[in-house]
Amino acid sequence: MAKFQLKVNGKPLQVEADPSTPLLWVLRDHLNLVGTKFGCGVGACGACTVHLNGRAMRSCQLPISAVGTQAVTTIEGIVSAEKEMHPVQKAWLELDVAQCGYCQTGQIMSAVALLKSNPNPTEAEIESAMTGNICRCGTYLRIKAAIQQAAKSSKK
Amino acid sequence: MKNANNNQSRRSFLKVTSLTGGGMMIGFSWFANLIPNEAIAAATDKMDWVELTGFIKITPDNQVKIFNPNPEFGTNVMTSLPMMVNEELEADWSKVIVEMGDYDTPRFKSQFTGGSRAMAMAWKPLRTAGATARLMLMQAAANEWGVPISELTVSKGVVMHKASNKSANYGALATAAAKLPKPEKVELKKASEFTLLGTPQKNKVGKEIVGGESLFTLDYKMEGMLIAMVIHPPAFGMQLKSFDAAEALKMPGIKAVFDFQVYKDGYAKAGFDTRAFNKLIAVVGNSTWEVMYARKKVVAQWEPIQDTKEMVMARTGKREEIIPAGLESTENHLRLMHEMQKKPTRVARKDGDPETAFKNATKVLERTYTAPFLAHNPMEPISCVAHITDEKAFFVAPIQIPEMMKQNIVSNLDIKPEQIEMKLARMGGGFGRRAYGHYIVEAGHISKRVKAPVKLIYTREDDLTNGIYRPTYIMTYKAAIDKDNNVTAIHVIGGGIPESPLHENRFPAGVFENYLAESWDMPSNITIGAYRAPRSNFNASAEQSFLDELAETVGKDPLDFRIEMLKKAKANPVGKNNDYNADRFIAVLELLKEKSNWGSPASKNAKRGVSAYFCHASYAAHVVDVTMKNGQPYVEKVVTAMDCGFVVNPEGAKNMVEGAVIDGIGNALYGELILDKGATVQKNLNNYRIIRHREAPKKIDVHFVQNNIDPTGLGEPPFPPVFAAVANALYKATGKRLYNQPYLKELGKV
Repeated sequence: MAKFQLKVNGKPLQVEADPSTPLLWVLRDHLNLVGTKFGCGVGACGACTVHLNGRAMRSCQLPISAVGTQAVTTIEGIVSAEKEMHPVQKAWLELDVAQCGYCQTGQIMSAVALLKSNPNPTEAEIESAMTGNICRCGTYLRIKAAIQQAAKSSKK
Repeated sequence: MKNANNNQSRRSFLKVTSLTGGGMMIGFSWFANLIPNEAIAAATDKMDWVELTGFIKITPDNQVKIFNPNPEFGTNVMTSLPMMVNEELEADWSKVIVEMGDYDTPRFKSQFTGGSRAMAMAWKPLRTAGATARLMLMQAAANEWGVPISELTVSKGVVMHKASNKSANYGALATAAAKLPKPEKVELKKASEFTLLGTPQKNKVGKEIVGGESLFTLDYKMEGMLIAMVIHPPAFGMQLKSFDAAEALKMPGIKAVFDFQVYKDGYAKAGFDTRAFNKLIAVVGNSTWEVMYARKKVVAQWEPIQDTKEMVMARTGKREEIIPAGLESTENHLRLMHEMQKKPTRVARKDGDPETAFKNATKVLERTYTAPFLAHNPMEPISCVAHITDEKAFFVAPIQIPEMMKQNIVSNLDIKPEQIEMKLARMGGGFGRRAYGHYIVEAGHISKRVKAPVKLIYTREDDLTNGIYRPTYIMTYKAAIDKDNNVTAIHVIGGGIPESPLHENRFPAGVFENYLAESWDMPSNITIGAYRAPRSNFNASAEQSFLDELAETVGKDPLDFRIEMLKKAKANPVGKNNDYNADRFIAVLELLKEKSNWGSPASKNAKRGVSAYFCHASYAAHVVDVTMKNGQPYVEKVVTAMDCGFVVNPEGAKNMVEGAVIDGIGNALYGELILDKGATVQKNLNNYRIIRHREAPKKIDVHFVQNNIDPTGLGEPPFPPVFAAVANALYKATGKRLYNQPYLKELGKV
């Protein structure tokens, strides 16, 4: 057990955990931020995607000891200060993307990171950026359309 | 799981931490700071909800809540089933709160997620519940105002009496309404009178999903809850011999390591009691990572099983089943299946004189098709929360048909039926996997043993290697063709390990005067179960690939050939038990032909394939456009035509079909679970291939036959015909007919 100072969704937090504990389980078990999902544990499905300094990361592959003071953002942290949903979340609702819904928070986190680095992605760039996120229900077309819509709405 | 929402507890928790300046120690004792979910549920229930018909609750301040009875695993029953209630209830849909009902099948009549049956089973009872409640609310107003009920109208949850200009909302009427006798007869609206049903409605749980709120079993927390994992044998055909937990018990946070038996000796397993291994090792501790870590320190010895007798509860009563010893492999399965195809089998259906027709044939087309085991891989790995005390057995269970688990829980956990209290968590996918609730019993055993609430978590590896798989199948189709290129007989032999895929009464049965269908199966120790349109998902691929090749052999357009056969079956059906309606089938194919602009590909490089199938009471047909992209086949576009009767929620329905099409393309091209020495070769999603973003088509056009026939399902029917549509398009694109799934492997493109 060791103590770690974290910055999660803008808040400084301290947790005590084994240094090998993946960020995923610190978020879920220690901080009760359950929007970040466990899917495979080997970084192959993207359900656990969070942002580390704004970049999409698989939290199941990131030991807590490697996080340091880097800013961690989870699905719970992408709403605005006024609790308004992120444009990507809004697009997800408008296009009624979800089926079972389990992978969608990871999909959204990947999409938000993509649009941050590339506000106007091509179809191929979306596919490439999102290909690490599996949706077993097969909502890929709606996910792509929602990302395009969010990109468009941000330009306004 | 609105009642089990963790939001409030999360907020309370974060408040505690911020009060202490973010410097508070967060160890495992933080559970104690949480408000247990039960307390939150109790608090919301204090709001004087008045219950009507079991499906509806209304507060005096006019909140209207509709319960969805069916477990939700992504087919959007949380929206479509309450829509049925509200069509008749006439509350303001935009303000209606939907809530997942707990396990209470007597109250909800049916809680069944499987077999694409939700729409059909709910259609009448749920509308009746809504209409009954509306009548009671109107009667309460009629009594209050002293006017006849016939003079009242209702709109958006407000009852009005125009003549006296009186109105009252449901909230004001609910308490009085609940005291009235239930009207015995209620009249339901005609389809032409619907205002909500048949209109596209967005997912009622959408906000919670995109917000990452606590919805799933894995998200659930209770005060004092421990985390449990199980260790199962490394291969089918193996069992636990002994184990040493000394090292594991020394690991931080570990509370207990023990072995346990899932089902009692002699317990007769019913249809959904399938489980792979009966003796497991449980590792229980404070947090997931600690348990995952400690689990690796358990040293277990395994031994091969002998032929094992198990009792099975069949429709005809208890019978014995032998689970064969041995370490099975895909290679052996394929060899055995091909051998079995040549041996005498069980005749399932025979029309006319197929032997003579084949003897007199000018030409015989014979083709054999195979498919591997498949793993469901729902995105949320298997899990269950259990808290067994002397008073009650509390579960949070992701389970498709909770009622089917009752006897199992009662028998194997020594619990009285009335002690069971089960929350039905939203499921992170199911596809059939979560019909088999052995994990509920496993979690129950562990909770009993450690005398605490536990959350049992399977890792992805556990789920993939301890699964209830889609079986491996084989099917041989033979057609007798005369000198004029007429098909005079069809002969099909279907078999599988350990289950046959054959549906002897499906199309093209009923078309040909001479028809023979044979079936066999072979026991195995690999556990199998329902997988999105069980049997149909393979049956369709073989049948529809064969008919495509047969059309080519007799020089006909594949789509027209199917319509021609169906017209024949319609005019002069052979046999009595044909399970499809030729008219509806033809209409779907005609719609597909029109909407796909059959004959002209979407892009000039695309090649097209067609396929159609009927199962689970709905009709589905696809045209698939395949292009070659850097030497790899790519399904660029799909046009789908469906007849599932009245379409309850066109938005959700379209989403379901798109998903089934993508799932079908993925499984057709990549899906396979290989077994070697009893163990699955694929152990996680890094080598079990699931279709990904860039492999999904650019476009899926979905068209529904418009009719007012009572609705049937969509979860399964669009899935089976995808496989052959892909294979038939791949043939056009590559010149190679495909017989063995996954097709990419047969094409040598892996």
